[in-house]
Amino acid sequence: MIPRAAACLLALWLVLAGAMLPASAQPASDPTPLAYRDAAEEARFHALAAELRCVQCQNQSLADSNAQIAHDLRREVLDLMHQGRSDAQIKQFLVERYGEFVLYRPQVESRTWLLWFGPALLLLAGAAVIATLIRRRARALPPAADEPQEW
Amino acid sequence: MSPSSPARRLSLPLLLGGAVLFVAVVALLFYGVRRSGLADRDSLPSALIGKPTPAFDLPLLHDASIRVRAADLRGAPYVLNVWGSWCPTCREEHPILTRFALTKRVRVIGYNWKDEHADALHWLEQLGNPYLLVLADTDGRTAIDWGIAAAPETFLVDAQGIVRWKHSGALTQAIIDNELIPQLVQLERAPAGASVRAAP
Repeated sequence: MIPRAAACLLALWLVLAGAMLPASAQPASDPTPLAYRDAAEEARFHALAAELRCVQCQNQSLADSNAQIAHDLRREVLDLMHQGRSDAQIKQFLVERYGEFVLYRPQVESRTWLLWFGPALLLLAGAAVIATLIRRRARALPPAADEPQEW
Repeated sequence: MSPSSPARRLSLPLLLGGAVLFVAVVALLFYGVRRSGLADRDSLPSALIGKPTPAFDLPLLHDASIRVRAADLRGAPYVLNVWGSWCPTCREEHPILTRFALTKRVRVIGYNWKDEHADALHWLEQLGNPYLLVLADTDGRTAIDWGIAAAPETFLVDAQGIVRWKHSGALTQAIIDNELIPQLVQLERAPAGASVRAAP
């Protein structure tokens, strides 16, 4: 009886799971886990995958995403590591195919200057505004110093 | 009153600058909100546009003993449509793609991505096969070279094997009419040297 109940539950669960699948289904996947040669390689792989963006679910890293393409790309990244390619070469490989978008840290080039240095520019502009304000207030303040109720 | 008036007068350009910044931020917000409504808001421009197709070598879905290389398809433009029997959006797109393929305007080639062989054949039997030939990429290796992220995706490749256009997501009649066909017209107007070569 118990196995039968379990089977019924499993069937029910499968039906429910099937009904709740999102509209974009996934192709068949290769279930074998990634084969790391040693812990150092695994650490390097995880560090690299965390810096790459999943091309399908764009708010996840390659390391976090469960999308099929992320699965394939992780396998490809590990293969490239086994071929002795450097991190920079692997990133270049992916940028050539999927564009700059795959990098969480875009390269510093004329096109990305605003992205890289924009925040610093804004900070400098804010500092300049505050500095001028303070200087002007300081100039305006001394005559008003003897009537504190103004403030 | 007199000590505060110079301060107010001096802060006017500052206020103006602040107003400009505020309007800019509102404009950016408005742009973002409008963009979030687009169906293809997540689609990325292909990194391959203007570049040659990857040098693939893939078997045909219907006869694995025949392999097709990138060079075999040179000589005339072709449309490459990425699909899988596991992909519901491909099913939605299928009638629109079929209608376009029937015009025989350009060769329409299928790219069966990470599919079960029997499922793929069944899908084509059930819905009809709009493709001139179907390439089978079972392990998805070559798809990485194409920069394929999700099905369906559609590429337009010119006679020299250069990728000219790509659409991620389902094709619609509007996309075919407003993007694909104008791109094709542009290819057909290409220098005479390109069109002299016969199709294979």
